Amino acid sequence: MNADLNGGSTISERLGATGTANALELKGVSKFFGALAALSDIDITVRPSERRAVLGSNGAGKTTLFNCVAGDFPSTTGSIRFFGEDITQFPPHERIRRGLRRTYQISLLFTGLTVLDNIFLACVGVSRSRFSFLRPGRDDALMASAESLVRVVHLEDAKDEQVATLSYGQQRQLEIAIALAGAPRFILFDEPAAGLSPTERSELIEILIGLPAHMGFIIIEHDMDVALRVAESVSMMHNGRIFKEGSPAEIEDDPEVQALYLGGEDG
Amino acid sequence: MSVFDPSESSLAAPSEGQSWLERIPIAYWVVGLILLIMPAIAGDFMLFQIFGWTFILGLIALGLMFLGGYGGMVSLAQMSIAGVGGYMVAIFGVSAIDTISLGWPWYVAIPIALIIAMLFGTLTGWLAVRTEGIYTIMITLAIAAAFFYFARQNYVMFNGFSGFNGVLPPMLFGVDWRGPAAFYYLTLFWAALGYLVVLYISRAPFGLALQGVRDNPRRMSALGYNVTAHRVAAYTFAALLAAIGGILLTWQSAQISPGTAGIGPAIDILVIAVIGGMRHPVGPFIGAFIYVILKTYAIDALVTLGLAGERFQLLIGIAFLVIVFWSPDGIIGLWDRLREDRKRDPLTGRGGEGP
Repeated sequence: MNADLNGGSTISERLGATGTANALELKGVSKFFGALAALSDIDITVRPSERRAVLGSNGAGKTTLFNCVAGDFPSTTGSIRFFGEDITQFPPHERIRRGLRRTYQISLLFTGLTVLDNIFLACVGVSRSRFSFLRPGRDDALMASAESLVRVVHLEDAKDEQVATLSYGQQRQLEIAIALAGAPRFILFDEPAAGLSPTERSELIEILIGLPAHMGFIIIEHDMDVALRVAESVSMMHNGRIFKEGSPAEIEDDPEVQALYLGGEDG
Repeated sequence: MSVFDPSESSLAAPSEGQSWLERIPIAYWVVGLILLIMPAIAGDFMLFQIFGWTFILGLIALGLMFLGGYGGMVSLAQMSIAGVGGYMVAIFGVSAIDTISLGWPWYVAIPIALIIAMLFGTLTGWLAVRTEGIYTIMITLAIAAAFFYFARQNYVMFNGFSGFNGVLPPMLFGVDWRGPAAFYYLTLFWAALGYLVVLYISRAPFGLALQGVRDNPRRMSALGYNVTAHRVAAYTFAALLAAIGGILLTWQSAQISPGTAGIGPAIDILVIAVIGGMRHPVGPFIGAFIYVILKTYAIDALVTLGLAGERFQLLIGIAFLVIVFWSPDGIIGLWDRLREDRKRDPLTGRGGEGP
């Protein structure tokens, strides 16, 4: 099924990425839960500024893939390289400190804190003041960068509100601001548009498209329209495998994809 | 996940224009003033025994409140760490057991005692953070028990069953710091300092991150925090509080022996923290006050009622049960609820959320 992949030409190679280290390079990554293979033998290469969508039905292993890359749990086999560095054995916080970021499908925000405090905590996490016993002063640099992130995701009006009082869409925006804290080099977005209204959806697309051009990301998305508008390349997953990679147009026209994804008889 | 105290203001400097002095709530002025003029009102026994002991136990329990309330880790080893602090001051400083005590001056002995106690606390934390919930309690209880039996059986360093007596505070500034008023101010100073530092840290990056680790360790890890290191560091800080309390406790009774850091006292610290409440650093001091009052006067009260005096632990146990039954958040929880009720509209029953 994935013979065409192992045969050689991944999308990145075809796009001509050579020389410099890839943002993300997965080789033979598998994840077993007992006997169940949630991921089997995944190979992915993503260039530093590439924007990749990962599509696939429920249970295809998309979020498991993110969990392995971000280190939420270790992969069973295979190796993961981040900008050339082997991070396979790194705990999550070491990966984050190297510039990897991820958002969660189910928001894991600190609901009792304000929007600004949530972002501040994220800025502190990737700074050297993690163990600081001193409260931030009025001209604190981390607080200033938290303030500017509030503007990036259009949450200025809600910045002093408790996260628990935010709308679902605003919470998703906050997730993105948190992922942008510090100096991210590559971001994993786990279904950022899930559950959003059409208006919120287009706002989200705007935010994603508006990210600095050098900042690559992988986005898991059920909504083809969102995925294909923000991504330049697509990986299709099914049953823990990647079975197709290509440009959005190629994927849309692929009969196999149409059978699986659009015909969709199994979940 | 929402255990961050919503009533606390945001991190960003809240009301501009007001000086920090003006922002201190009125209750602090009142309580502070009463505590400062206490020696003019209260007798020697009250000052030395009741308040001195309250501040010391409160300080040791404050470390547990920091670990439990902000870090979600309940440790029973706080009293052992306090014991290490007390023992080290006796061993490195001056005591009546001059065959063991090194007799070094206080400005050497005290820092060494604090450092060793913090190392012990860090080691305890390093072992304990690998576990969660009931297992943390079990492993720290095991450490407390091990320390108790080790101190009781080791005669070379810990002088076994009898421990050390004649451990006195230094005669600094020509003051006898074991005098009732002097000891009162000494313990008040360290208790107040500990209280304020914990309150301050709760909103500093370290404290905020600790609360984040308590609420959602996975998320904190995904924000770049080393969750294990953060938890261990919390144990180290809690150990500093316990060690200061332990040294003061040793000075108060002028002695330290294995019984000071036994299983009973270890559990008493947990009882104190739970009675007072773990959500706010004032809790342990309220809990300690209730504990000390009960422990001191329960015997008399029981005898007056014609009951056996040695049953005073029963009263403490009953008080514990009643408070935990009525308010799992301890006395502070009761206080918060009363305040909520007062704000509530008596007709509609709504409101309760202040501006």
